[in-house]
Amino acid sequence: MLELKGIFKTFFPNTPNEVRALRGVDLRITPGSWVNIIGTNGSGKSTLLNATAGTFPLDQGEIILDGNRITRWPEHRRAKLIGRVFQDPFSGTAPSMTIAENLALAARRGQARGLGFALRTGWRNDLRDRVAAMGLGLEDKIEKPMDTLSGGQRQSITLLMAGLVRPSLLLLDEHTAALDPKSADKIIELTGKFIAENQLTTIMVTHSMQQAANFGDRIIMMHQGSICHDISGLQKSRVRASDLIAKFDEVRRSDQLDESVADMLRSNYV
Amino acid sequence: MTLAIGSLTIGLILSLLAFGILMSFRVVAFEDLTVDGSLALGGATTATLIVTGWHPIAATLSGALAGGLAGSVTAILNTKFDINRLLSGILVMTALYSINLRILGKSNIPLRSDLTIMKYSNWLATQLSGQDSFMSLGLWQAPATDVTAMIMMLVIALTAGGILAIFFRTNCGLAMQAVGDNNRMTRALGVDVKRMTILALFVGNAMIATAGSLLAQYQGFADIQMGIGMLVWGVASVILGESLVGTKKIGFLIAGALMGSVLFRLLVAIALRWGLNPNDLKLITALFVFAALVLPKILSGGSSLVRGRNRA
Repeated sequence: MLELKGIFKTFFPNTPNEVRALRGVDLRITPGSWVNIIGTNGSGKSTLLNATAGTFPLDQGEIILDGNRITRWPEHRRAKLIGRVFQDPFSGTAPSMTIAENLALAARRGQARGLGFALRTGWRNDLRDRVAAMGLGLEDKIEKPMDTLSGGQRQSITLLMAGLVRPSLLLLDEHTAALDPKSADKIIELTGKFIAENQLTTIMVTHSMQQAANFGDRIIMMHQGSICHDISGLQKSRVRASDLIAKFDEVRRSDQLDESVADMLRSNYV
Repeated sequence: MTLAIGSLTIGLILSLLAFGILMSFRVVAFEDLTVDGSLALGGATTATLIVTGWHPIAATLSGALAGGLAGSVTAILNTKFDINRLLSGILVMTALYSINLRILGKSNIPLRSDLTIMKYSNWLATQLSGQDSFMSLGLWQAPATDVTAMIMMLVIALTAGGILAIFFRTNCGLAMQAVGDNNRMTRALGVDVKRMTILALFVGNAMIATAGSLLAQYQGFADIQMGIGMLVWGVASVILGESLVGTKKIGFLIAGALMGSVLFRLLVAIALRWGLNPNDLKLITALFVFAALVLPKILSGGSSLVRGRNRA
């Protein structure tokens, strides 16, 4: 169970570059559900994800995850509960370390890292089996450095890494956006399978209306730092990509209205 | 031959310096400028303690500890107070100059070899060669004490390198490598990057200070100036080592740093023999590092010491 209560965040306050990224976000996510977040550029969707992960401190609000008040926990402490996959395939893995070493690092997410050997033979075989289970043919490459892999392969390893220690919450930040269409399809399919098998509570930020409509059981649309639509249940199962695009147009038109109304008022009264 | 053995010995001592540089510059990608100060700190601490009657091994370990603390101060300035990495190192290095003078009490302390760890290699020399103070190495004759000193330093360098290589295979060592390889990921996997950086600079500078401590005992004196230019020297060794092993695997990089350190010292000895003015040595070293950093970049990818890093 994730609860966000009255989240506010302003970047560069009191400067010309001030950005009011989050303006009072309230959100409750029940265990095992998969929430997709959509919204225009700068609507605050990635900021909301990073706020949950603890990349920056909040100006106001509370974050409660599985009964823990994590608002003031530093990022590395929250990592105990949260698994993440980033947009940039280079962000999720250590390029000059081997696949096995990357997996070994992820296998101790949130645990003490002592002076025991990271890769014992039995454990190495176990990791190989898990990589083989993904069906990507990477099991013979686990002793190769990560930077020999393609973007899609890296994202699938990152996904596997995020789930090695079962997270209370999985955060996917447009994790297919930087991939070619074919790899993107493969990764989103893998993601669906992965989440279903492990029954993970998930928040996925996406640019793809197709993904938002076809996967998950709830859609949240953000605009100017707050939630403007929340689609779940039966309504979510009926929604199509074209409906979501229509909602975007609606938002865009209301934005234009703001400006044109202001112009009209200005020309008439100022 | 004596010259070659002497160069080898100093090269082996300074391989600890190269390990320390590898630790900060390569493993956690922290451009640590404490080096010149912490090397002299190691030498000064050990020399002063030996003169006041400490056992040489305890004095060496104390020198290492002092260097480690200096390194962790640099890391704390950066991670807890958000001071730029380079400036943190410069602040500590500058402060250490005064601290080292305080410790030494004057600019130079001579050491009698029977009070330093050199007494162990001297003892070994008398055991091996008896009354004859020369040993034959194939065609050459060399002073037995020089040979045993080299053997002792070789054992120390191999032990330090071996421990380091084993450490990097542990969970803690793996996490430390990840800090320099992908900082953002490391945080997302629950590693306290700040603490890891402090630990890395502690261990790195402890090794660098040990190099200073051993150097003082080998040369028979500790000097306030002994650290000057050592950072660039260590970087040169690491770069040379990287090109010798041609891989980024940490075990090989450690072996490379050892070989690079010895090779670089030999090259310098040869250059000096050919008539290089010792006053020009630091200029030549700097030019060497410049060339080593720029040439591979022109030819292909570039050294990992200057490569742009993923620091989100």
